Amino acid sequence: MQKRISPAFYVVAIVYSFISLVPFVWSVYTSFKPTNGVYNTWVPFSKLTLNSYKYLLTSPQVSFMQWLLNSIIVALIVTIGNLIVNTLAGYAFARFKFPGRGPLFMVFLAVMMIPGQVVLVPMYILLAHLGWINTYQGLTIPFLMSPFMIFLARQFFLGMPNELEEAAKVDGLGAWGIFFRIFLPLARPLIATQTIFTFQGNWNSFLWTSLLESSQNMYTLPVGLNNLYGQYNAYWNQVLAGVLLLTIPMIIIFFIFQKQFVQGISTSGIK
Amino acid sequence: MKRTGSQRKSRFDQAMAGYLFLLPAIVSLCVFLIGPIIYALYISFFHFSFLDPQNKAFIGLKNYIHLFRDPLFLRALWNTTLYAIVVVPVQTAIALFLALTVNNLKGKTFFRIVYYLPTVTSTVATSLMFMFIFEPQGLLNNFLKVFGIHGPNYFNSPTFALPSIMAIAIWSSVGQYMIIYLAGLQDLPAEVYEAAALDGATGWRLLKYITLPLLKRTTFLNVVLSLIGTFQVFDQMDVISQGTGGPLNSTLSVVLDLFNQAMSQNMGYASAIGFVLFIIILILTVIQKYFFERNDEAGV
Repeated sequence: MQKRISPAFYVVAIVYSFISLVPFVWSVYTSFKPTNGVYNTWVPFSKLTLNSYKYLLTSPQVSFMQWLLNSIIVALIVTIGNLIVNTLAGYAFARFKFPGRGPLFMVFLAVMMIPGQVVLVPMYILLAHLGWINTYQGLTIPFLMSPFMIFLARQFFLGMPNELEEAAKVDGLGAWGIFFRIFLPLARPLIATQTIFTFQGNWNSFLWTSLLESSQNMYTLPVGLNNLYGQYNAYWNQVLAGVLLLTIPMIIIFFIFQKQFVQGISTSGIK
Repeated sequence: MKRTGSQRKSRFDQAMAGYLFLLPAIVSLCVFLIGPIIYALYISFFHFSFLDPQNKAFIGLKNYIHLFRDPLFLRALWNTTLYAIVVVPVQTAIALFLALTVNNLKGKTFFRIVYYLPTVTSTVATSLMFMFIFEPQGLLNNFLKVFGIHGPNYFNSPTFALPSIMAIAIWSSVGQYMIIYLAGLQDLPAEVYEAAALDGATGWRLLKYITLPLLKRTTFLNVVLSLIGTFQVFDQMDVISQGTGGPLNSTLSVVLDLFNQAMSQNMGYASAIGFVLFIIILILTVIQKYFFERNDEAGV
């Protein structure tokens, strides 16, 4: 079905590409401007400098490297933890028969409807009692499970053919063997989708991290950057350099896993 | 005899494996979700401050009643509703428009990547990017000057602050909804189009009578996701107003109000806000479900 496409479509598509990209380009440009020229619209190429980046990465007043490290540690732990917990749970709901399976699954479905902010206060109280405010435990352990990802995992494993399991049983594999040797190696797309969205969600997380990080040594990047602007009164070139250092890792991951991102959103509608 | 014995053993093994696989998820669910939900409901009936637990007092429904007389909360609810009313339809419309535009183009992948970039970017990052662009002497006002328009100081103006945040939110998430639309377009049956082409339908008529009705389910999905997201808005408001919801509470959202109340130790009250938010989202979800089912009956 070959159709001729009007050039107007290309014009619209390109115009919106500009709208989408200009804020990024402008931030990159500003981050290279010298501090005394931040508010000049045009700064010649020869005047551009790496000073903002140098300031962020080396200034003793701003623990940017610590924030970056915190972000990486927390996002990695939360992502790996979620992968294990949600995949196991989804598999159990899809492939094992046991008393109470239906009602339990309904509970997981039901809590998906409750917005996370409802538990903001109790969670703060609980973590304060445990002494977990401003700790890695507090930033990771409460966030290792996602009902939505369990639901995705269940759907994925339900969609796999029963013959796989029958054949494995004939070969004498037990419940664990069937999971680890047969199903897990086939679950790559599921693992990819989960990894991408959990990592993204955690890397960009702001509400919970603002609640649980009050000491600047424990800031993750989004909280640190917000304070760079607010508390530290940093100049815009420095703030935007920080914005880019926060954004670039996510953009790289997005480029590498572009296909999985698109598939993930199309099948589940998540961000 | 032996066989049924081994079958029973296998069934027992399976159940044990099932519980074991679920154990971490169930522990997490109870400790960090269901437990806190019950506790949140409990303290929403109390006057309670974490720093001063001795003076905890049962006050029944007073937190909930007070909510609807509290000008701050009512303002937050109004701002959030307005935000949702503008952002949801505009975002959905632009997403649909872009999906239809890009769908048959060469270089579809390129456009898809470019439009989706804002969505993978942290909301803190996009908020800061736009705060600079929206400065009184910033890029936007310099651009408007070319057309002789004198732009305002967006985030210091009670009139312009919220609409500016709406614009940022739309820019940030259009890509996500566009991708859902593109997936919806992919699933449309080619036979319908061939039949329509035979009947001589083209262009706008094709769009109006074939494509849009067939995309109804996708549209509902997008609207619901977008509604739930907009009612939980926090990041942009917090970064841009630096937590105050200002100027003059014009950017105070429900979740920002909840957060600030919790931080100023009105913890029972903050929990009550959380439940009201939950009920609002629940009602929106039920309405959406009703629409879905009605559409299914109509065979759409």
